[in-house]
Amino acid sequence: MAASPVLALAGVDKAFTGVRALHNVGLRLFAGEVHALMGQNGAGKSTLIKVLTGVYAADAGSMELEGQAIRPRSPLDAQRLGISTVYQEVNLCPNLSVAENVFAGRYPRKALRIDWDAMNRGTRELLAGLNLDIDVTRLLSSYPVAVQQMVAIARALSVSAKVLILDEPTSSLDEDEVQRLFAAIRRLKSQGMAVLFVTHFLDQVYALADRITVLRNGEFVGEWLAPELPAPALIAAMVGRELVARRAATEAPTSVAAQPAEFELRGLGRKGLLQPTDLALRAGEVLGLAGLLGSGRTELAQLVFGLQQADTGELRVGDRPARITCPSDAVQLGIGLLPEDRKTDGIVPELSVRENIILALQAKRGMWNCLSGEEQSQLAEKFIKALGIKAANAEMPIGLLSGGNQQKALLARWLATHPKLLILDEPTRGVDVAAKLEIMDEILQLAAEGMAVLFISSEIDEVVRVSHRVAVLRDRRKVGELPAGAQEHDVYHLIAEQA
Amino acid sequence: MHDPIADMKQGSAPAPAPAGSSRWGDFVRHNLREYGMLISLLAIMVLFQWLTEGTLFQPLNLTNLLLQNSYIVIMALGMLLVIVAGHIDLSVGSVCGFIGALAAVLMVSYDWHWLPATLACVAMGAAIGAAQGWLVAYPKIPSFIVTLGGMLVFRGLSLALLQGQSIGPFPDQFEHLSSGFVTELMPGGSLRITSLVIGLIAAAALGVASLRGRAGRLRHGMEVEPYAFFLGKTLIFVACIGLFSYLLASYKGLPNVLIVMAVLIVIYDFVTRRTIVGRRIYALGGNKNAARLSGIKTERLTMLAFINMGVLAALAGLVFAARLNTATPKAGLGFELDVIAACFIGGASATGGIGKVTGAVIGAFIMGVMNNGMSILGVGIDYQQVIKGLVLLAAVYVDVYNKNK
Repeated sequence: MAASPVLALAGVDKAFTGVRALHNVGLRLFAGEVHALMGQNGAGKSTLIKVLTGVYAADAGSMELEGQAIRPRSPLDAQRLGISTVYQEVNLCPNLSVAENVFAGRYPRKALRIDWDAMNRGTRELLAGLNLDIDVTRLLSSYPVAVQQMVAIARALSVSAKVLILDEPTSSLDEDEVQRLFAAIRRLKSQGMAVLFVTHFLDQVYALADRITVLRNGEFVGEWLAPELPAPALIAAMVGRELVARRAATEAPTSVAAQPAEFELRGLGRKGLLQPTDLALRAGEVLGLAGLLGSGRTELAQLVFGLQQADTGELRVGDRPARITCPSDAVQLGIGLLPEDRKTDGIVPELSVRENIILALQAKRGMWNCLSGEEQSQLAEKFIKALGIKAANAEMPIGLLSGGNQQKALLARWLATHPKLLILDEPTRGVDVAAKLEIMDEILQLAAEGMAVLFISSEIDEVVRVSHRVAVLRDRRKVGELPAGAQEHDVYHLIAEQA
Repeated sequence: MHDPIADMKQGSAPAPAPAGSSRWGDFVRHNLREYGMLISLLAIMVLFQWLTEGTLFQPLNLTNLLLQNSYIVIMALGMLLVIVAGHIDLSVGSVCGFIGALAAVLMVSYDWHWLPATLACVAMGAAIGAAQGWLVAYPKIPSFIVTLGGMLVFRGLSLALLQGQSIGPFPDQFEHLSSGFVTELMPGGSLRITSLVIGLIAAAALGVASLRGRAGRLRHGMEVEPYAFFLGKTLIFVACIGLFSYLLASYKGLPNVLIVMAVLIVIYDFVTRRTIVGRRIYALGGNKNAARLSGIKTERLTMLAFINMGVLAALAGLVFAARLNTATPKAGLGFELDVIAACFIGGASATGGIGKVTGAVIGAFIMGVMNNGMSILGVGIDYQQVIKGLVLLAAVYVDVYNKNK
């Protein structure tokens, strides 16, 4: 381990029109070490990374790379200095080939022509380093998000970097791919790379990180060696106090289990999306849907919500077959869907928090049954208070809220419609620990109030904690159901057993 | 130590009010776009008033300016909705010309009464909008392509209808729609008292509406302009409307078209800010997936925006034909460009979701005043186009620059 840091930041301040985002923050990255940057949403992690990569200029403070003072003015500038970044959302061109993406902006040339052979060969070598063997001449969009993420990392590595910043690289990967990514990161580490790793997954921090820096409210809380900071202490450092004991789902009340299902899938399926599946959703019960990425979780939600048309089977609502051909049919039947991707499918960034919250309710009530301005404001205020949405007021554009608060506002959008069935597709993704627990408590509360909830998450521990029943999917088919109290390894067992 | 959880639970912590002069500065900076537009319009008006040595605001010219601009403003209202929904309509100029031709054929060649003919024309506009809107919404053909097709089709059809000739004149009542003035109830005197009164009532209504709007925003704890700023702005507005009505009243009174236009502007401003359909269009343009997943029938909404555009294009076509009192094969040529430019000068975003009715109207008048002023000055049609193009680019540049800052 090197004695002096490769990259050192000290006393960094950054404010946006008077709002302090970072205050006196320091960070030290060492060669051959993985450094985890931790903090809740809004703690200043993203801002710090943007300062590091030259997106923002710091108001004060120093930044040294191998002892030399640096001041990157743009991401390109930072990259030239040896600081490469992989962002949370994949920032690549889906309409170009994998190889073109990896070499974008610096295609190898033979005279005036692009040297495709060299480019493809180079890409294959880089991807082989990540243990990924794919056809690099195919379009990027033909691969799943997980592969695209690996391509993004390969791209970041291809510019001989000294420092690699990974901003939530695992949020769209399943367990297997995470392990593959970690193997790649460990290899880079052994080659002397300094890695900065930002994530919300605590277990990943301990699996990978050597050193941890915690930020809170834009301030530096501390730097620890990973073994010296056990998980409870880490959470306490991030949140600022001990967390309350978690509430866990127990067996659903017997009265619920005996009831006929409010919503029932009978052999519902569609070729290429989901094998015919039976599933019963009862009022007052949280049904967890567990499975790896690509197991058909999201597809099942899409079929129920009318985003995809089933070609076999039926969906019965209150013991009558229902015809759902588009989302608005589903909304009329009392179904709500919190989509997986908050940014592309959830928020309307320019509209206010209030307008985002009332969107689904107003759609359900129809064009001529208008909510008055007064009702709208009251509704918005009610949910802002009830869910603890941190917003200056209901009229500010939702795009300005942090991820966790946007997610709560989207939850409010559906709660306002009083749905009978609420489908939550990855509701805790990209949300900080405290907000995660709040959202899960809210889900249990909703079920207790008589709502049927379908909870989809790739974090199996969350699924087993919050569900009264867990349905396990694998390879686009249901492979079994587990009762409440099932453990994480039971789920994995069920997935593996059928393989 | 600050406790983030406690903050979250409290929900909305009121932001500390910035004190004194910095509040003005902040306010102007944050709303530069909105007021910048208005200030530009005023500056352009003053500039041309000076350059033309007072001709611009002469009652006769002011009346002309309004008449010349009416059809652009009317279509800009529809175009704004289409652009906010994330689309574009290139066919409006051709539709405008086609409807004028249709009106002429019905009223002149077939001797229809003006009322059923007008209704038939508006219905035809709606049908054209529905057809194009359907192609955009359901088979999801890009609107640029659909309406480029429409532009050719309806240009061709109007040529076919008119067989390359001009048809006219129209019946008097129909012509009155565009070139008529509000009937004077008080005879005698050179000043049109009725028109003046209507103008003053409108000015007063605007003042009252602004006051009430501000009170409402205050009641809901929303951000408002500094009081003095608000008062000054509203007074200038009221004074301008009063002055214009006086100028118009001293000529022939308020043109009928102005009344139609004013009513439409008020209606569309209300629709876009307050009604479900209006706000849904913003949601659609801002994030189509989110709107669809919330249960909004996005296809139907897209089609509705185009039907609305078709109706307004038809109305504009009728106004234009009535103004010339004849339908010509060249009617409506290039209107789509003025209309689209008006929306973008007015701050609409090409990617959808952003734009205001007031902005589009101001944009249309900026184009109109420049057209009129440059014609008076004798600037050739060649350089008029160059200047208009540069103004469009400059306006959008400033807009984008402000957004990225």
